[in-house]
Amino acid sequence: MIHTDQKQNINMTETLMNRINELISHYPSDKRKSALLPVLHEVQDAHDNWLSIELMDKVAEILLIKPIEVYEVASFYTMYNLKPIGKYMFEFCRTSPCCLNGTENLMDYTCEKLGIKEGETTPDGNFTVVGVECLGACGYAPMMQLGDFYKEHLNEEKIDQLIADCKDNKIILHDK
Amino acid sequence: MSKKILLDKINIPGIKTYEVYRKNGGYTSVEKALKTLTPDEVVEEVKTSGLRGRGGAGFPAGMKWSFIDKKSGKPRHLVCNADESEPGTFKDRYLMEFIPHLLIEGMITSSYALGANLSYIYIRGEYMWVYKILERAINEAKAAGWLGKNILGTGYDLELYVHCGAGAYICGEETALIESLEGKRGNPRIKPPFPAVSGLWANPTVVNNVETISAVPWIVNNSGADYANIGIGRSTGTKLISASGHIKNPGVYEIEMGLSVYEFMNSDEYLGGMSSDRPLKAFIPGGSSVPVLPAHLIYKTANGEDRLMSYESLSDGGFATGSMLGSGGFIVYNDTSCIVRNTWNFSRFYHHESCGQCSPCREGTGWMEKVLHRIENGHGREEDIELLLSIQSKIEGNTICPLGDAAAWPVAAAIRHFRDEFEYHIRFPEKIKNRDHFVAEPFEKVKHLVSKVIV
Repeated sequence: MIHTDQKQNINMTETLMNRINELISHYPSDKRKSALLPVLHEVQDAHDNWLSIELMDKVAEILLIKPIEVYEVASFYTMYNLKPIGKYMFEFCRTSPCCLNGTENLMDYTCEKLGIKEGETTPDGNFTVVGVECLGACGYAPMMQLGDFYKEHLNEEKIDQLIADCKDNKIILHDK
Repeated sequence: MSKKILLDKINIPGIKTYEVYRKNGGYTSVEKALKTLTPDEVVEEVKTSGLRGRGGAGFPAGMKWSFIDKKSGKPRHLVCNADESEPGTFKDRYLMEFIPHLLIEGMITSSYALGANLSYIYIRGEYMWVYKILERAINEAKAAGWLGKNILGTGYDLELYVHCGAGAYICGEETALIESLEGKRGNPRIKPPFPAVSGLWANPTVVNNVETISAVPWIVNNSGADYANIGIGRSTGTKLISASGHIKNPGVYEIEMGLSVYEFMNSDEYLGGMSSDRPLKAFIPGGSSVPVLPAHLIYKTANGEDRLMSYESLSDGGFATGSMLGSGGFIVYNDTSCIVRNTWNFSRFYHHESCGQCSPCREGTGWMEKVLHRIENGHGREEDIELLLSIQSKIEGNTICPLGDAAAWPVAAAIRHFRDEFEYHIRFPEKIKNRDHFVAEPFEKVKHLVSKVIV
């Protein structure tokens, strides 16, 4: 559920507000609430990939809805993070078709390499490893989601490279 | 080489872009429909084609269209279901990623047929890069005059937008999808009223799968009768199959309905046989929700007829000896796969994805996951198999939406066809511990242990 004492720096930049207003324009003027899911994605991407209560309240204000309408949605959908997470979140698909091609071993390898367990974040706040349900890439397993993109046909060497690239700031997380 | 309707142009360099797509005959169905056909004539062509919903249920698309309420005078909407999340299914993503304008063309032609002036493509949030591809493609189409006011000077107006979800399998159910599009939790609605009468914002709405809508341009450009000539019986046209698991060539294939499962599995044009040449143990033809079939029921039906890739042949024998074409998520297992672990994995999936509205599903999926987890981990009890059957039978048919059935069927099917494997887990817990996750000793080697106990 929603519970964290951690504060978040809220910065609704002009670019972000323009994008939000564009999204709102996709729906009839009396149906602003419909823009909620896409708007939450945008504000989350612009705020270190998580949504604080303050940020959700801000979204409610923009969409002219009650805060509870935002909380109940943010807590229902798995892609919204209600507490801070690692800058690079490795989301491994762990549903059967992927597991048939060795996902579980590769997750073990990744966790061991980063010194964390599944669901945990490295102490420097850089990496989180989680197992998620089917990502629709069953034929290209093992795979993970990283930001807006999929990394497919993974193996141990590719994981090593990916971690190195993240550390060198070579990974683009969002397609803006 | 079987007939290609959806992927015939996929290898043309640059087909992702508007210019190349247009140069290769793209958007002609919009011209033809808007300039020479009435909306009802388009609906008739789709009816004649026999095209069935490609998301999994296989309901005739033309019939679904004909239910839309035109009398109320309310605005109508077409919503494309691109929430592809059924384990084993990744075909819609392929279409949208590599030939996005085909879906957009289909959306325009289909919206015209339904009299919709505001339509949406609802895509799962994880496909974020595909969302951007579609958004750009829509902008290209709009700039070229295929969207907006007075399209081609015919007086027809259409706005089309992409809307993204945020990680909920349940939003693939059409009423949950509509709720989500309204900015709410994805809780399915009780039907009736059906979306065709009261859907998005209580307006008449049709929800169709990506692949279904993408077949419409071909039907309009040619004819419904031409489409009905492809395929076999009531399984007309072509179907995209996304294949994964222990096969040589995983990926997305377009097949003509009626191709034999044997040929699809073994020919080099398709899956190329089993990877590492291990024996075939089981397969799931239509995504995780449909029953798993054991080796002896894959290539032949219980009657000894060839099993074909069609709605009818795959479900031949009912659930006793058949399965379903479903979404075309084709998952293949070799002899080292543990069916118990696979069933537990799927149960975890459904438990995670249950929206929590109906108690049989909310509680039952969790119980099944728990019981399967203990069997898989060597703590199973002799009565657990009956317990699983009892739970699954109490979920099935007792929920608002089909997620309950989808969670119940795989468990029942796994026990129906692989009961001895469950018994082995329960009776020889020490033998199944310390395995390398999904990799198990081929069950054939230890099967005698279970049969001995029974005797």
